[in-house]
Amino acid sequence: MSSVTSPPVIPAAVAVEEVLAPSRNRRRTYRGGVVPFLIAAPAIILFAIFSWWPILRGLVIAFQKTNLLTTSWVGIENFEHVLADPLLGQALANTALYAGLALVLGFPIPILFAVLIAEMRRTRHISSALVFLPVIIPPVVSILLWKIFFDPSERGLFNTALGFVGIGPLPWLQSPATAMLSIVLVATWGAFGSSAIIYLATLLAIDTQLYEAAEIDGASILRRFWHITLPQMRGTILLLLLLQLIGTFQIFTEPFLLTGGGPNNSTLTLLMLIYRYAFIYGNFGQAAALSLMLAVALSVFAGLYLWLSRKWSKR
Amino acid sequence: MTVDGTTRTRTAGMGDAWRKRVGTRSLERSNVSDSDLSRRSTRFTFRVVIAVTIGLLFVISAGPLLWLAKSAISATQDTLAQPFAFWPSGVQWHNLVDAWTQIRIGQFTVNSLMITTGEVIVAVIAAVTLGYVLAVLRPRYGPILNACIMATLFIPGVISLIPLYLTVIDLGLLDTFWAVWLPNGVSAFNVLIMKQYFETIPRELFEAAKVDGAGPVRILWSIVLPMSTPIIGVVALLAFVASWKDFLWPLLALPTPSKQPLSVGLSTIAPQADLAVLMAGMLIAVVIPLIVFLTFQKQFLTGAGSAGAIKG
Repeated sequence: MSSVTSPPVIPAAVAVEEVLAPSRNRRRTYRGGVVPFLIAAPAIILFAIFSWWPILRGLVIAFQKTNLLTTSWVGIENFEHVLADPLLGQALANTALYAGLALVLGFPIPILFAVLIAEMRRTRHISSALVFLPVIIPPVVSILLWKIFFDPSERGLFNTALGFVGIGPLPWLQSPATAMLSIVLVATWGAFGSSAIIYLATLLAIDTQLYEAAEIDGASILRRFWHITLPQMRGTILLLLLLQLIGTFQIFTEPFLLTGGGPNNSTLTLLMLIYRYAFIYGNFGQAAALSLMLAVALSVFAGLYLWLSRKWSKR
Repeated sequence: MTVDGTTRTRTAGMGDAWRKRVGTRSLERSNVSDSDLSRRSTRFTFRVVIAVTIGLLFVISAGPLLWLAKSAISATQDTLAQPFAFWPSGVQWHNLVDAWTQIRIGQFTVNSLMITTGEVIVAVIAAVTLGYVLAVLRPRYGPILNACIMATLFIPGVISLIPLYLTVIDLGLLDTFWAVWLPNGVSAFNVLIMKQYFETIPRELFEAAKVDGAGPVRILWSIVLPMSTPIIGVVALLAFVASWKDFLWPLLALPTPSKQPLSVGLSTIAPQADLAVLMAGMLIAVVIPLIVFLTFQKQFLTGAGSAGAIKG
């Protein structure tokens, strides 16, 4: 499903009030009637079958034992089993490590590029296109490509490049110490462009009078950055931070294809564990139980997102 | 300086602001102004920083793709032994043909095109019809429907992966293209941006058409759709890229190799394939989204600027 593999498409830039509120203009052209319902019906049916029903069913399956043929209620047995799995702690720690590394590496980069691109005049168009380029590359291609870059021998592309400056060779994906970092590099490459474009949209919407006023008051470029640019970006920064956390805790494709969870389970993530329960051990109930726990935990971030954006949109 | 109090409400209109400002920048400014640049030392530093940024962006973003293009037409041993050399044993154009035929890239490409086309059609139809009903027709149950759709934006996707798989099996759709076309067409985000666009169309147009005797379908077809081609393009492009990039869902929904798209196909043939041929296949998988992106850059950047999309 697209919301797991590709982004949870939450509009960071859209105030929650706008999302949840009905249209402001209260005039209605058609209050009822069969025709509006018929127009919406196919899409409503799609949402019902492929969006609302699976969410509800996820709550149910977590308390069932099912193997595609028979289904029976087992209470909280699935949760007990998942919580007793020694791999759960490992997967949780790995996923948290991934999220932390992705934050340290991947979070400042788009901000930096967006701030610099916003200052460009004639070259802004080409720079925006360049920054967005990796976003349109299928992750499978970038993963397979970076896997070649990560060749641990001295002749590997990265190790050759590091050799020019006298470092390495590094084991990259082959060692538990560097495997997760390598995965973060690939994922960051594929994702930094979309964040950068969102920051850029925020930066270009800043009222230029603020800069002009500060300049007249004698503020230097760095002071203006600190006192105008950063405060104006604050809302977008916090929202993207929460969205990134929600996304990184559902990381799957990169570790699945780069390491398969190895070496020594050092890159096994929560979503890979869910995948193993369901599609390797055939235990959909346990997979749903772990999915439910992860979703509830991530809903805290989603709730924080709702609360913050509601608070800001009232200003 | 007290600029904290001026934090504005953030709305989807930022995309418009971006579109309006980009390109018409000669008299505008960001932080750095023309008078800053009139000082020689500032101008020098500014130019160096900008040049370094562009250079860095080029190496980071385009570098890996250019290397892929080079290696796709290199011999395997050249790529492995001298990754930075240019074709020491000559250019191997036949890699591309080999990939298309020997490792079934041709088949995967056709599948990808089929899958993506279907997903784009479903996504556009769903977004247009729901957006139209919610923004223009506004039936009594509209607010409830809207809340149900938008709530799915805030529910982590992981919860529906397993139940969606079981639902697709129950419906007998597993291993058919419908299993990817229909679930991936369901996007609350597409409905949201379509709805917000439709809300900007003056309602007087609909009232006038209604007085002239046009029904809801006629208004959609003759007024709303012709006025909405830009946003339909944005939704179609976002759906296209999301579909072309998707991996986990087609991996689960299409177990038969002859039905799989490029993303899944490449991942399964990668362990056995000859490296040069594999990289030729990867290049083929990149070319189509690359052409679409270069053709519709403006729409992509507008769409991405108003969307908040983070890789998961």
